[in-house]
Amino acid sequence: MKSLRGAFLAIIALVVLCSAASAEERLKMSTTTSTQDSGLLRVLLPPFEKENNVKVDVIAVGTGQALKIGEAGDVDVVFVHARKLEDKFVANGFGVNRRDVMYNDFVIIGPKSDPAGIARAKTAAEALRMIAAKGATFISRGDKSGTHVKEKELWQAAGIQPKGSWYIEAGQGMGPVITMATERQAYTLADRGTYNAYKGTKTDLVINFQGEKGLFNAYGVIAVNPKKFPHVKYDLAMKFIDFVTGPAGQKIIAGYKAHGEPVFFIYKK
Amino acid sequence: MGFLSDTFSTALDLIASFDPDVVNAVSTSLGVALWSILFATLAGVPAGVVVGVTEFPGKRAVITLLNTLMALPTVVVGLAVYGIISRQGPLGELGLLFTPKAMVIGQTILAIPIVANYTLGTVKGADPRIVPTALTLGAGPLQSIRQLVQELRFGIMAAVIAGFGRVVAEVGVAMMLGGNIRGYTRTMTTAIAMETGKGEFALGLALGLILMGVALLVNLFLNILQQR
Repeated sequence: MKSLRGAFLAIIALVVLCSAASAEERLKMSTTTSTQDSGLLRVLLPPFEKENNVKVDVIAVGTGQALKIGEAGDVDVVFVHARKLEDKFVANGFGVNRRDVMYNDFVIIGPKSDPAGIARAKTAAEALRMIAAKGATFISRGDKSGTHVKEKELWQAAGIQPKGSWYIEAGQGMGPVITMATERQAYTLADRGTYNAYKGTKTDLVINFQGEKGLFNAYGVIAVNPKKFPHVKYDLAMKFIDFVTGPAGQKIIAGYKAHGEPVFFIYKK
Repeated sequence: MGFLSDTFSTALDLIASFDPDVVNAVSTSLGVALWSILFATLAGVPAGVVVGVTEFPGKRAVITLLNTLMALPTVVVGLAVYGIISRQGPLGELGLLFTPKAMVIGQTILAIPIVANYTLGTVKGADPRIVPTALTLGAGPLQSIRQLVQELRFGIMAAVIAGFGRVVAEVGVAMMLGGNIRGYTRTMTTAIAMETGKGEFALGLALGLILMGVALLVNLFLNILQQR
């Protein structure tokens, strides 16, 4: 009995040791994977956390899921990139005070050899048509994220229902999909921010197509509606929104670089 | 080979330098798993003993159920608990989703059937005369059960260790209910899944090595107890 009791006490002691209590306030934010995978949040959050003595809990998922979590009232603020879905989120009363934060653009990345020759394409839709015609492997996020929503818009513009063994629906975040595309030497649609953070060390894929107006990628931040969910930390959420859209936050965003290149751009005021 | 050996040495560096991300993931993993196994032991051991020593109609069905629950997929537990503790669910007001407490709830549910089943197994394998003998020697029912638990302490320790192994190694519940929040609910397993996806193999490998080290320590601990 002695050893059993000893073990039990040891477990309890360990448990107590491991659960160091923290009295800080916590702000829950669901966001798209690209804000985290690009490394931006690592420089953007600490100053805000320090100034307000708060911890920001980041749940990084696709934009679709991030908004769904907000619709359930499980977070206080959402930081996403799919304008149509964001407007719907606000119109349906789940969010208030949507603000523009920053933008970059989407790019189609793929093997350096560019087997489908999309570098010659004039539009993103044409590039996708060439990939489909060639049957070159294309990896889709397949997770209802902002990037996935954009990709589906582009396929629609191309007049193609993508299916077949060349079209892979990964169901994963931006980073994992770039990793997968690298392993499979496939094409994929990526936001420039995450791609820049991966370029060189983690992927040898190159940008095969870029620079079309339709590839614009805007990020917005929205407070979850306190009238709908009285428990949300609305004041803290607004402080966060003011921070990221205010001078201090905007300066950090504009100054953030991956591999020497800017990742996100701010709107000129 | 260069890639693998480079990754390996970076992993060792990360461990040796007490990288804060690594340390956080390890302490979250252990903290959550220890709380879970504590609750699972409090519920599972008595349940296993009761089912083992008493006779009641439907006992076979209960044992079959326990066996089935051992194979409970972690994501199913994650899904069910998510539905209950989300703000839209019946316990939404408690605000548990995406906290370590949520992970403890899920992992406790995962571990209870394992602890109960292993306990049940040792009880069944014990000398059937222990309880009757204790009773004839004048012990009360509770005292005789105590006698039984003492005889079976190694089996029960094994039950607890098996449950601990299950929860510390699982990723489904931790990911779905914890949300993989850096420095808060990110465990060794969710970090490995994420870092691999991000192409950060060294960090993933470092955590994998520590996870195996933890398993080794736990088993050494058990071994020492058994030799006493």
